[in-house]
Amino acid sequence: MTATANRVPAQSPARQRGLLGFNMLTGIILGVVGWWVFYLLGGLIQGYTNHGFSQTGQNDVQIMLGYLGGVIGFLGGLGFLNYPIQRMMGYPPNIPDHEVEEPGLGKYFRLTTDHKVVSQQYFVGIAFFFFVGGLNAMLIRTELLSPTTHVFGAQQYLTLVGVHGSMMMGMMTSGVLGPFANWLVPLMIGSRRMAFPRMESLTFWLLMAAGVVLITTVFFGGFQTGWTGYEPLANQGTAGYDAYLGFFGLVSISMTLLGLNLAVTIATMRAPGMTWSRLPIFCWSVVATAALMVLAAPMLTATLLMGISDRTLYTAFFDPGLGGSAYLWQNLFWVFGHPEVYVLAIPGFGIVLEILPVFARKPLWGYKIAVSGMLGVAIFSFFVWQHHLFVSGMNADLRPFYMLSTEIISLPTGFTFLAFMATLWRGRIRLTVPMLFCLGWAFNFLFGGISGVFNSDTPSDVTTHGSFFVMAHFHYTIMGGLLFSVMAAMYYWGPKMFGYKLNERLGKIHFWVMFLAFNSTFGPLFAVGFLGMPRRVVTYATNLTGLNDWVSVSAYVLGLSLLLFLFNMVYSWMYKRIPAEDNPWHSRSIEFQLPTPVPAQDFDEIPVFSGDPYPYGEALAPAGAEPATAGAY
Amino acid sequence: MRSEPNHMRRFVALWLLANAIMLPIVIFVLAPGMPPGNGTEQAAGQVVDNTVLLALSTPVALGVLLFLGYTIWAFRERNLDGPVLDGPAVTGNSSVQMWWLITTTALVLFLAGFGSVRLLEDGSGGGQGPSPLVVPSGKALQVQVIGQQWQFTYRYPAYGLETNSLVLPPDTLVEFHVTSLDVIHSFWAYQLGVKADANPGVDNIAYVETRGPLSFEVRCAELCGVWHGYMYNPGKVASSKAAFASWIQSQQQKYSAASKVLPPYSHTYFPGPNGRSG
Repeated sequence: MTATANRVPAQSPARQRGLLGFNMLTGIILGVVGWWVFYLLGGLIQGYTNHGFSQTGQNDVQIMLGYLGGVIGFLGGLGFLNYPIQRMMGYPPNIPDHEVEEPGLGKYFRLTTDHKVVSQQYFVGIAFFFFVGGLNAMLIRTELLSPTTHVFGAQQYLTLVGVHGSMMMGMMTSGVLGPFANWLVPLMIGSRRMAFPRMESLTFWLLMAAGVVLITTVFFGGFQTGWTGYEPLANQGTAGYDAYLGFFGLVSISMTLLGLNLAVTIATMRAPGMTWSRLPIFCWSVVATAALMVLAAPMLTATLLMGISDRTLYTAFFDPGLGGSAYLWQNLFWVFGHPEVYVLAIPGFGIVLEILPVFARKPLWGYKIAVSGMLGVAIFSFFVWQHHLFVSGMNADLRPFYMLSTEIISLPTGFTFLAFMATLWRGRIRLTVPMLFCLGWAFNFLFGGISGVFNSDTPSDVTTHGSFFVMAHFHYTIMGGLLFSVMAAMYYWGPKMFGYKLNERLGKIHFWVMFLAFNSTFGPLFAVGFLGMPRRVVTYATNLTGLNDWVSVSAYVLGLSLLLFLFNMVYSWMYKRIPAEDNPWHSRSIEFQLPTPVPAQDFDEIPVFSGDPYPYGEALAPAGAEPATAGAY
Repeated sequence: MRSEPNHMRRFVALWLLANAIMLPIVIFVLAPGMPPGNGTEQAAGQVVDNTVLLALSTPVALGVLLFLGYTIWAFRERNLDGPVLDGPAVTGNSSVQMWWLITTTALVLFLAGFGSVRLLEDGSGGGQGPSPLVVPSGKALQVQVIGQQWQFTYRYPAYGLETNSLVLPPDTLVEFHVTSLDVIHSFWAYQLGVKADANPGVDNIAYVETRGPLSFEVRCAELCGVWHGYMYNPGKVASSKAAFASWIQSQQQKYSAASKVLPPYSHTYFPGPNGRSG
């Protein structure tokens, strides 16, 4: 904390007030300018070297450069270049000691160093792209209402599948760390800011740029490879595939920086007394996830650069016809891809274990085993990736090893379940809406995990690999796991973050509709896969029509349940606005001891932590008594 | 405070009862219907695997679900408007942790061992790459499966035949050599219990031992482009070896002109004539 004390106090925001300062509008304008400048430049380059490597007749050099220029222009317009340029010109560093209250909506459309504002930007941005991805899912299910094509053509259908997958697997990796960790981690560890506040903002705007890049794929004919982007099929792709490469490239950079920032923040910015063994379990899940992001996402960056260079610089990493290997992409992609799916699971573990003690009114049971479970999952996730390639013919003799390593990963996952179940035992369980979602998480993740055992067993996987069974499996873990825990977090921390109460009755209706519709959507898909339907097909056997129609209708209800949540947010915000109390859940964690809304500088003075993170239980506090400040203070 | 019942004993009794009801249902009613059926040795082997996995996961799933249900029923705060009361301040129990670790580790090691033994028994119908680890004994009929956008072609090198329909003799060990001419496909013959990726430039070998006559469906199981969803064809295991021989003969006659100009048999056909993919 003393490190920032001698810096200049709060920076005056007046310089950025105007519409034509450095904000989103300027960013978009300069982004479009940057696109065209680099696009035309790319045309000149390609004009000299027109070997026509791309089999599509489209100029990939031009388009990739266009994306690069667009992103640079966008970030420059937002003001990300100001600080480096100022420093290069000899100005002193001007990081504010703490944030100042800034009225108005302008701060949401700018580079900001307030971690709470960045988190709210993440909320809206992620929600928007989640909506786009979800809409794609609805359209996919519409097409699958009948066994033949009837709404979309095969090409459109594959683009829908690819955009849905990329959006969900790419952007939603930041779905917890972006909105929740950015908000919670500094508060939980008693810091007033992140370690790298500008980088925090950069991760958000990079992610938004990535989302836009992915959507531009529809202007270039879409892409037909799904989110895995397998080569050499990708080499046949039109420029729509360039959008995929640009999208995941930006996402991977954003992920790396987000993970790095959070890991460094937790490692270095903890307040006095916040030892590692007092770290809230949510922060531990962020540590594990951040480690995965920092170690795995650069792998994706490298893979995509190789893919980009295959399409623009005439290399042939992945083209077997020119001496490359079709296996190489699969290997590189899944070395990133398997840790990545745990990036989508571990934050959920952290959320439910953080919320559970509050509503079971007990300390977290087995804190150490819960922590080791998360770290164990993170470590093991680097050693399982070839279970995606059991029937590919590559390294087939290693299949027993990957079977073992994959099944071992269920041990640390089991620790999370042990902590979850034992915390509930003999508690005084309060079935509030967040608690319902936590229980929903346990139910769904249980089936996600058990179905994973079938996939990890190589003989069984011969049939389930590449079928709807796998698809149902990872929707149970990611949507049933992560999304349910995110909803728990929304109902739990949402009032604190946004300053108003969410309607409890609507929340309960939302939970039950979502829980039943989710299981009614993805449960039958296990059967569909077992009956032999491969993934990503636009046609299927006619005897599966009944099951598919059932699934589609359930999927619509599932979509509606999310709209119900949106309705609850808007209704509670605009029509029935009740300001949230400071501590509606009688929680004893530090963020609930702060006033609502949390002031810009977070703490008047840096807290000193002296106790256990979960001081619940009869032995520690008299029943019914609520300490004036956190037990943690 | 009134005397508490022994919750753990109740829960265990409930769990045992649920298992006594569910396990016979799972093993005798659900398991025989598990995919991919008993059409071949390898498919039947997968059914055994699925049965064992299902039987082992039933007590686990029942345990967690009943535990959640029981805790909600027994320890639920019924008066949410009253004072907020805390439960006991229990932060852990090392013997529970130890037994949990021992049980789950034993389960996991058993599963991995079981899966490996099953895999090494007959290859389970999966693609094993160009030098297969598991080669079932017996004389094998070679059938080459060539994937291309968007159909499968089958070559029977022993008969100098190339055709686009797949018929196999009964009670025979079949050695599939799966390869591709362009992008990655996956040869999935569901009822045979066979799945092997077709990679350009790679000879991916999978074994299956056919039993009696069988109709099966071949589908591509790896996204291979626009018409991936249309890449399927029916196949069958012939009713007798004589029927298979006469089918071969009829196909040889049908394709006699074409087979003279075909490229010679090879384990891979890549790079293609123009030296590049796609």
